[in-house]
Amino acid sequence: MTTKDIIKPENLVYGKTKLMTENQMHYCPGCSHGVVHKLIAEVIEEMNIQDKAIGVAPVGCAVFAYNYIDIDWQEAAHGRAPALATAIKRLQPDKYVFTYQGDGDLAAIGTAETIHACNRGENIVIFFINNAIYGMTGGQMAPTTLEGMKTATCPFGRNTELNGYPLKISNLLAELDGTCYVTRQSVQKMASIVRAKKAIRKAFENSIAGKGTSVVEFVSTCNSGWKMSPHDSNKWMEEHMFAKYPLGDLKDTEKVHTEAK
Amino acid sequence: MAKFKGAVVVNTERCKGCDLCVQACPSHVLGLADQVNSKGYHYSEMKHEDDCVGCSACGYVCPDACITVYKVKIQ
Ligand SMILES: Cc1ncc(C[n+]2csc(CCOP(=O)(O)OP(=O)(O)O)c2C)c(N)n1
Ligand code: SF4
Ligand code: SF4
Ligand code: SF4
Ligand SMILES: [Mg+2]
Repeated sequence: MTTKDIIKPENLVYGKTKLMTENQMHYCPGCSHGVVHKLIAEVIEEMNIQDKAIGVAPVGCAVFAYNYIDIDWQEAAHGRAPALATAIKRLQPDKYVFTYQGDGDLAAIGTAETIHACNRGENIVIFFINNAIYGMTGGQMAPTTLEGMKTATCPFGRNTELNGYPLKISNLLAELDGTCYVTRQSVQKMASIVRAKKAIRKAFENSIAGKGTSVVEFVSTCNSGWKMSPHDSNKWMEEHMFAKYPLGDLKDTEKVHTEAK
Repeated sequence: MAKFKGAVVVNTERCKGCDLCVQACPSHVLGLADQVNSKGYHYSEMKHEDDCVGCSACGYVCPDACITVYKVKIQ
């Protein structure tokens, strides 16, 4: 059987979801953002909620996320996505409202909005791309930058005496009564991608069931900022990032949020 | 045991030559082309198409949704 015989519609097993637009994404080659975009789009398509999903885009490399997934979006000021998502969800409780945020956006300038939205138990989903760096602005140190990791603003490596410690913000969020589901995932290989996709779906289901805030962290790479090839970045992430940010569920409560209070 | 044969189609204009699909393929089917696309990227292509089993690993890891995978069962 030749390749030509195999390439027929009835033999299709994997392809681009229609929810991803034809726009070419601006991300650097091999960037984790693209994989996470794809997964969110696939889940929205599979749940058939295209008309009910509203994304809130961040400031950071994902600032143009609204060009790539064909749903309704709002663009938030830097770090304010959870506050904006709160308003949207409260005004339109039947919608699936989510934020998409980097570590600079969520864990630096937006720390207060993140913590308070989670503490209020807003029925939103927070997708958190932790690549341990400010990708967009040229690779500066982020709160999540690992100890010893070199960035443009800590060229000799993060010094915890001077710069403090890598912030495990998802662990903090898991402590809050308002969160129902906090999980840490990754998207560098097929098995992890399958797991990450399940987490995305569960988070969306929680939000419509009114269980509280769901946070899905994706331990990610920024190969440009890290100054490595995409493949080497994945290896480095597995070796170093996973040690500080271990994968798995940090919290998963099936309790209805209002009853928990 | 059932055997599968697969084939992939790469959207060569969307491809950024990041090499992740090449690294992810367990059967070493893919490689980057000598030619470049209009953006100057060495796009991914099947180098050993007989070895493809249609597992979709390449498609899953592609950040730019460039890969379509087809698969058939062969006796
Ligand atoms: C109020 C404000 N302060 C600072 C900036 C500059 N700025 C743009 S993106 C960014 C951080 C982006 O990092 P992150 O959220 O981790 O996203 P990434 O690009 O890594 O995905 C900063 C500090 C800004 N745009 N607005
Ligand atoms: S700078 Fe980093 S996070 Fe931004 S697109 Fe490039 S690789 Fe991705
Ligand atoms: S479908 Fe599997 S075997 Fe075929 S090229 Fe992709 S990764 Fe390789
Ligand atoms: S993973 Fe996608 S973008 Fe990267 S080389 Fe393969 S087809 Fe091209
Ligand atoms: Mg970042």
